[in-house]
Amino acid sequence: MSLTERFRGIVGAEHVITHEQQLATYESDGLLQYAVTPGVVVLPGSAGEVAAVVRACHEAGTPWVARGAGSGLSGGALPVADGVLIALTRMRRILAVELDDGRVLVEPGVTNIAVSQAVAPAHFFPPDPSSQIVCTIGGNVAENSGGAHCFKYGFTTNYVTGLELVLPDGSEVTLGGRELDRPGLDLVGAFVGSEGTLGIATRIWLRVVPKPESVRTLVAFFGSTVEAGEVVSEIVAGGIVPGAIEMMDNLSIRAAEGATGAGYPPDAGAALVVELDGSEAECATRFDQVVAICERAGADSVRVARDEAERELIWRARKAAFAAMGRIAPNYYVQDSVIPRTRLAEVLGRIEELAAEHELRVANVFHAGDGNLHPLVCYDGRVPGEPERAEELAGKIVKVCVDAGGSITGEHGVGVDKKRYMPAMFDEPDLAAFQRLRCAFDPEQRANPGKVMPTPRLCGEVPGPYRRHPLEEAGVAERF
Amino acid sequence: MQLAERPTTREALAAALAAAGEAGSPVRFAGAGTKAGWAAPVAAHALELSTLGLDRIVEHNAGDLTAVLEAGVPLARAQETFARAGQMLALDPPAGDATIGGIVASGDSGPLRARYGGPRDLVVGMRVALSDGTIAKSGGKVIKNVAGYDLAKLFTGAFGTLGAILEVAVRLHPLAPETATAAGSSSDADRLGRAAIALARSPLEHHGLDLRWARGGGTLLARFAGVTPRAQAEAAERLLRAEGLDTELIEADDALWEEQREGQRGPLVLKVSALPSRFPALARALDAVGGRALGRAALGLYWIRLEQPSAETVGRLRRELAPSPCVVLDRPAGLELDPWGPADPGALALMRRVKRAFDPAGVCNPRAYVGGL
Repeated sequence: MSLTERFRGIVGAEHVITHEQQLATYESDGLLQYAVTPGVVVLPGSAGEVAAVVRACHEAGTPWVARGAGSGLSGGALPVADGVLIALTRMRRILAVELDDGRVLVEPGVTNIAVSQAVAPAHFFPPDPSSQIVCTIGGNVAENSGGAHCFKYGFTTNYVTGLELVLPDGSEVTLGGRELDRPGLDLVGAFVGSEGTLGIATRIWLRVVPKPESVRTLVAFFGSTVEAGEVVSEIVAGGIVPGAIEMMDNLSIRAAEGATGAGYPPDAGAALVVELDGSEAECATRFDQVVAICERAGADSVRVARDEAERELIWRARKAAFAAMGRIAPNYYVQDSVIPRTRLAEVLGRIEELAAEHELRVANVFHAGDGNLHPLVCYDGRVPGEPERAEELAGKIVKVCVDAGGSITGEHGVGVDKKRYMPAMFDEPDLAAFQRLRCAFDPEQRANPGKVMPTPRLCGEVPGPYRRHPLEEAGVAERF
Repeated sequence: MQLAERPTTREALAAALAAAGEAGSPVRFAGAGTKAGWAAPVAAHALELSTLGLDRIVEHNAGDLTAVLEAGVPLARAQETFARAGQMLALDPPAGDATIGGIVASGDSGPLRARYGGPRDLVVGMRVALSDGTIAKSGGKVIKNVAGYDLAKLFTGAFGTLGAILEVAVRLHPLAPETATAAGSSSDADRLGRAAIALARSPLEHHGLDLRWARGGGTLLARFAGVTPRAQAEAAERLLRAEGLDTELIEADDALWEEQREGQRGPLVLKVSALPSRFPALARALDAVGGRALGRAALGLYWIRLEQPSAETVGRLRRELAPSPCVVLDRPAGLELDPWGPADPGALALMRRVKRAFDPAGVCNPRAYVGGL
């Protein structure tokens, strides 16, 4: 029986996709620069079906890739040619809501926003990627997703207490649970952010927290990103931990303003959105301090949201920044580098120089509190040589950020897109240590192969006498 | 004869570990030794490999709220450095001389965990040595970073069973300018438990939310920090009074919280991973055996202290508190018991694979951990 036939037996023929045109829907995730048509797409409806599908792949020796909403921005859900794509979007049940204990149990296909909706009005799930309306919790777990509010609230990894997994051999295992600190290795912590290379989470215990009593938001406009950056430093040095603190440069402001009409002055050098949340009294006092810091620093104007509608208007421009880039250039390349925040002025200066050298424009939108930059390298894919130049520029920007003591990715993941930059951040022994974890979970490396690690690696006996593997001899793989 | 080494560079520590790995002889990692009695004992002839020689504060990036510490740095010394910049590492287990490496390796935490998370949440990067001499790093020194596997989480709380922690990069937080605590007492465990949940579910942003219980009575402590802590503590006090507790407001609250920290140690201490809703059952089980407990009300983590340690009492508490896992921390020498209790067989099998992958020689704190790992 063919693998496809087995899948039909497991999930039902209507949940197995083999038609070429339908397969095309799954050939890319949110990063459209990469496209690979999978051999077959399977949509299991339960943990048992996921296990049976993965076991079938294991027995057939076929690689597979798990996918949620496909909104990822690193090509992490890019299919393997002739491999299996396991789409988890049918598994969208919220299985338990236990607010006394601050816990929710969900299936992986539940959207991020649905978790917050399920625990509203008094609670919420803090990680809030911009794609939260569509992106799934399974994907958030795989990518350790962040969002605008993670400077104060943390990332997905800080909110996952337990996982039920299907391992790459098709076996099922429970890690952690409702409780914190269950004895044993923190395999939940190792799994979150593993980008689909260690298995598939079929049930996820999440921690949710009470909504803050008060939220205060402002946007301040400055002559330059350097001035705005100094304000961020002063706010943080004052012991203030904003719920969110976001910066946009002039190019992003113009694009976003054109798209939204949110009232951002198109000639402003930088916009700084600061949002404080917490208890009423604390928030009010701290907010006055932030306004004073902005004014003292010479803000051209400070706009304070007086109600929820004005708050949404302030955020609309920030959230539209990526999509609005179409007004500036036909194509853009999103980056996700992180720098120590104090190096902001220096790194932005360097990015500007590099952009000029490459005769391209770079718009900057960033989570200023935690130093997560999203430089958008603008280019026109129809102009010969521009895509290559854009990619080269992007690579140089990543290098500048790593050299400043930062990271190649803050929240989008390595996926297929940034794996070539991994050696800029990690040396060979570091990569080999990652591989040890991979091999403990997936010795045959069938789960999302070709992602995260810069070069193919084998799972060998460690240590033991050295023997050359046939793939090494052929020069297509190297030993770690 | 007991052997000990105290290397002063990470390369020397890795080399000593590699030599043991090659010889297949067991190694016990040690910091200041404040938790030496925790976990299952490692063979007496094991080489003691001390991190106390690795005691440099490598970086304190005040503007970025991060720091890089070698494993042997005492937490107290690091805190003094951070405090000079108005900052702290938000870890406050009862520490004494304890080193950052030991605190991270044991996953220990104190009352601040309620607001800031534990070691797993505050460590942003780590450098480790493995038993084949490898020195490897993961994470970085920025607070937001998803590049590569999060091996720091794997080594945090692993009790040295995968390798030696050489260095950690941590996230820092601003020191609270002022604090105030609302306290509410009752002899009714159900009432106290309900009040704790009401506070945990309220939008009041506590800096600490602790419970303590002994001999049929207990107190809930809600601490607030910032520029307006009193206003917040007053709101919490009103809430506690409405829940039927006898309340008071304490502004000079440092000693109170110091007691909460110190109460996590004793002749025999059992750490319970429960949930807020299980507090009344815990209080009843305690009263039946004559113990006292304190811990994090909103997290469900409790430390039970038994003045008269016995394996029977531990067994009885484990049965009555199931399914909440109970781990024995402090205990008198010579008291025979499994400090870890039972583990899920499937998870344990996977842990064994991870252990073998990182410590193929099997020499790092052998059999000290869960399931004889």
